[in-house]
Amino acid sequence: MPHRYFFWFILPALAAMVLFIALPIFSVAVQSLFVEHEQVMKEVENCGPFKCETVLQVDNETTARLQEEAPLGRFNGLGTYTNRAHLAFEEVGQIWAKTETWEDFVAGVYNLPLYKALFFTLSYTIVVTPLVLILGLFIALGVNRLPPITKGPTIFASLLPMIVTPLIGSLILFWMVDADGILGATLQVLFQDGDLSLKASAPLTWIMLFVYGVWHNTPFAFVVFYAGLQAVPHETLEAARIDGASRWQQVRYVVVPFMMPLVIFITLMQLMDGLRVFEPIVGFSASAKATSLSWIIFNDLFGDSKLYGSAAATSVITITAVCILLTPVLIRTWRDFHRKST
Amino acid sequence: MSTMAKGKYGLFGWFATSMVVFWLLIAIGPFVWTLWGSFKVQGDFFSKADWRNAIYGVMTTIETGEPFTGNGYWGAWVQEEFWRNALNTAIVVVFTVIISLTLGTLGGYALARSGYRYAFIILIAALIFRAMPHITLVSGYLLPFFEWNLWGRLSTTIIVLVAINQPFTLWMLHSFFLNIPQELDESALVDGCTRFQAFWHVIVPVMWPGVITTGLFSFLLAYNDFAVTSMLLSSENQTMVPRIASFLGTVREQGNVMFAVSAVVSAIVPLFFLVLFFQRQIVSGLTAGAVKG
Amino acid sequence: MGKLRIFGAVAALSLTVGVAHADCGISSGNISVLANDFPALHAVVSTAESCAGDGITFNKNHTAKHNEISVAALSADPAEYTSKIVANSSIVPLLNKDLIRPLDDLVAKHGQSLKPNQLIRIDGKVMAVAFMANAQHLFVRQDILDQVGMPAPTSWEEVLETAKVIREAGIMEHPFAALFKSDWNLGEEFVNMYVGHGGKFFEPGTAKPAINNETGIATLNMLKALTEYTNPDFLTYNTSTVAPLWESGEIAIAQLWGSTGGQLLDDEGSTPEVVAATVPLAAPTVAGGNTPASTLWWDGFTIAKNISDEDAEATFIAMVHGISDDMVRANNDSAVWLMDAYVPGKAAEGVAATAAAGAEPYPMLPFMGLMHQALFQELPDFLQGNETAEQALADIEAAYVTAATEQGFLK
Repeated sequence: MPHRYFFWFILPALAAMVLFIALPIFSVAVQSLFVEHEQVMKEVENCGPFKCETVLQVDNETTARLQEEAPLGRFNGLGTYTNRAHLAFEEVGQIWAKTETWEDFVAGVYNLPLYKALFFTLSYTIVVTPLVLILGLFIALGVNRLPPITKGPTIFASLLPMIVTPLIGSLILFWMVDADGILGATLQVLFQDGDLSLKASAPLTWIMLFVYGVWHNTPFAFVVFYAGLQAVPHETLEAARIDGASRWQQVRYVVVPFMMPLVIFITLMQLMDGLRVFEPIVGFSASAKATSLSWIIFNDLFGDSKLYGSAAATSVITITAVCILLTPVLIRTWRDFHRKST
Repeated sequence: MSTMAKGKYGLFGWFATSMVVFWLLIAIGPFVWTLWGSFKVQGDFFSKADWRNAIYGVMTTIETGEPFTGNGYWGAWVQEEFWRNALNTAIVVVFTVIISLTLGTLGGYALARSGYRYAFIILIAALIFRAMPHITLVSGYLLPFFEWNLWGRLSTTIIVLVAINQPFTLWMLHSFFLNIPQELDESALVDGCTRFQAFWHVIVPVMWPGVITTGLFSFLLAYNDFAVTSMLLSSENQTMVPRIASFLGTVREQGNVMFAVSAVVSAIVPLFFLVLFFQRQIVSGLTAGAVKG
Repeated sequence: MGKLRIFGAVAALSLTVGVAHADCGISSGNISVLANDFPALHAVVSTAESCAGDGITFNKNHTAKHNEISVAALSADPAEYTSKIVANSSIVPLLNKDLIRPLDDLVAKHGQSLKPNQLIRIDGKVMAVAFMANAQHLFVRQDILDQVGMPAPTSWEEVLETAKVIREAGIMEHPFAALFKSDWNLGEEFVNMYVGHGGKFFEPGTAKPAINNETGIATLNMLKALTEYTNPDFLTYNTSTVAPLWESGEIAIAQLWGSTGGQLLDDEGSTPEVVAATVPLAAPTVAGGNTPASTLWWDGFTIAKNISDEDAEATFIAMVHGISDDMVRANNDSAVWLMDAYVPGKAAEGVAATAAAGAEPYPMLPFMGLMHQALFQELPDFLQGNETAEQALADIEAAYVTAATEQGFLK
């Protein structure tokens, strides 16, 4: 396609993305290099309905002057990236020097907020993604065998977990898994443990979040795979059948290879969504046991005091993590693209 | 694939079918429970004393005299005027889907037909854009939007949702267009059409399955969005999801959970009809499309 | 909600619409209010709205996200909102960024009905007008206390003792609950308990943290001791979780917000026995201290800086009308109002008793929000028994120092 046509076709979409995503990403990256001005404070007397007291308050005039001179704040280089709230180089070094065994070292690093969040986020992504792929494929294979009349309602029902907004969907499940709720009480009976509570134990909370992740994301994989199945060439399957391939072998050697591009597409989307996991942690009130990168960003941005620089740095770290995880997929996409262009 | 359905019901058949049944149970279970519970009072919905109360409606009978009550629905739709939020959602969703698909088809078509390196770079950049956490983006919009008096409007939110969903839309539509044989538009060009005419007369008629599937996902993204809508809309323009969240209370006050539950159930109803209506297209659309990735 | 009460609410709503266009003495101006989303604030803002009429535009936005957008909204010029309803913590970001205006002139001109203790003075200037109070305090079930023959607890040590007796009597396994959810709630519980121990969060005259000490350890140990008597799910407990538990009679002692009292004492969601036995008490003292281990909160309105003087005046008059005696009489039980017309009901007893016992206000310091966040991010590890109190305090201190350095409060 000639450059000129390409330009006009892509322009609206590109403009929207540049304006609302690329520019903000750029400004976030810039902001992560700065910290706020030194706050000039003075002692003042404050009086409220309950009592008067002498406290520190920001001296607005002086601070405003500083702000005017350098609107972005003080340049801090990569200082924000390496502080305790992020990559914590200094603290990790200290822990390394202090600890004797690997176990203690890992425990010490896990005590740092970003590493703790990173650990959960990666575990979530790595556990949920393959499960979603496998479950989605098998459901698609199963639904494909159903009589046509039942297919419509089955597809709708299967889509339900994806249709409901994650914040509310996780909240509904959270109520159900309460020790007094229907699922929680059933589990107590099943395991014959009257004190079993999914919300109280860290491993069970993690499992609960993983299960939620699979539950919520499987429909996407299912729909894509189901559609893919419709296009598997008859002749190839027929040939495999005549050669005596069992149904398992048909799936393994014909269906799965044929749908490889779909697997890549779903993996790509799942990896990204996994790294951005946030809503389930809020919905399940799980932040005591599991935090994610997005959860840290949320707290920095929307607390009583807004840590923009810190949130910006965590966001850049998230993007970097996504890029690293996607590299193998990107290389494959490049090869495909190259084939196409030659 | 239909060949696999033939023949006797072997181990594989039983396995696949039981998988579906199991999946349906866990997919529908929570919604049946919520639907049932939405006709109870809060005491029964939570049923802290005994979860079976939620089934029989013990507290509901004590408080209202009947085992079922529509108070949650009445409260949400009439007292809290939830219909306004439903209306806002309808506006946001319709425009978001139409605009995203328009931009996405044009862009996706161009990306699918261009073999130059910059097309690949745009695709990869879109992918990286999608990795950005939405809350960071949204908090960056706040100050300029307030400054230019754009904040709180439905139109602003629609544009932001379109932009944020554009990477996904582009990727999906790009893979659909890859599946439409290039000979089609080339023969149109040979016949003397301009690029745009070729797109309009040859590609548009055959692209609907892919567009509808992509549209479904755009629809769901806009319909379910919380991060953007909760931060960029004023209360009179609020859509359903942030409103439902506001029924749940604040730090210092207990919310009205039954309003939220009824509203959640109500919000699923239109989706039911939508999916049933488009079910055929969704499936045939994906067939034609993403298969080549 | 009973049908009757809904009709009542609808009727009241149409009534307010009927009497709209109250004559507040404003002829023109733009008024727009940003506020949190709960009934008492709806009452204030709707009453202020009745001032709208010819030449006056009125706009309101009740949202739980009010704090997230307030700084950006008021930074714009002209500001998106002419008034923001704040509490003692949420006024701080606006003060830090110099986004609200002193109200002394307006108070002198139009504020005759305001009482001196409603005026929030900062550095001698009135920056906000408070209209309601709130605090966390105890709720107890009198029937269960009678059953075990214990008096109402007045200190946290007595709470522990009473909870133990209730558990040993086999009445409840987990008789106690508080708002320990691992978000802002948990930070607030530490703040309350630490203040009750007489602790100071910062070294005087600086932003340096001062929590890593004996008082901090005592505070943590008390919190930990209390969690022994709560359900193991305690780190997920916020108002919306604990209130239904209370209403279903599963808890005997709870520390909750005063503003929850109205819902616990009404006839919904609970049995008449539980409601009749629910008694609000002052927040308990701790470690032999004299003042309750709780912090006092106020809600008040502020006026934006980046607006015209005319709009500011119109907004001020409307908001003063919004907190008028008529509004208080019509919504007496919605909150603990600070105005004279207020007749305290049973639900207000706990807050009143806590304030009377001399509880401290929540610290209105520019860097308190950073401390609060450091607290709730680092405390769950300790409460789950994963680390020692010393380690937890060291972590809190380190997290605070990192954030405060980035914000420019520390070097």
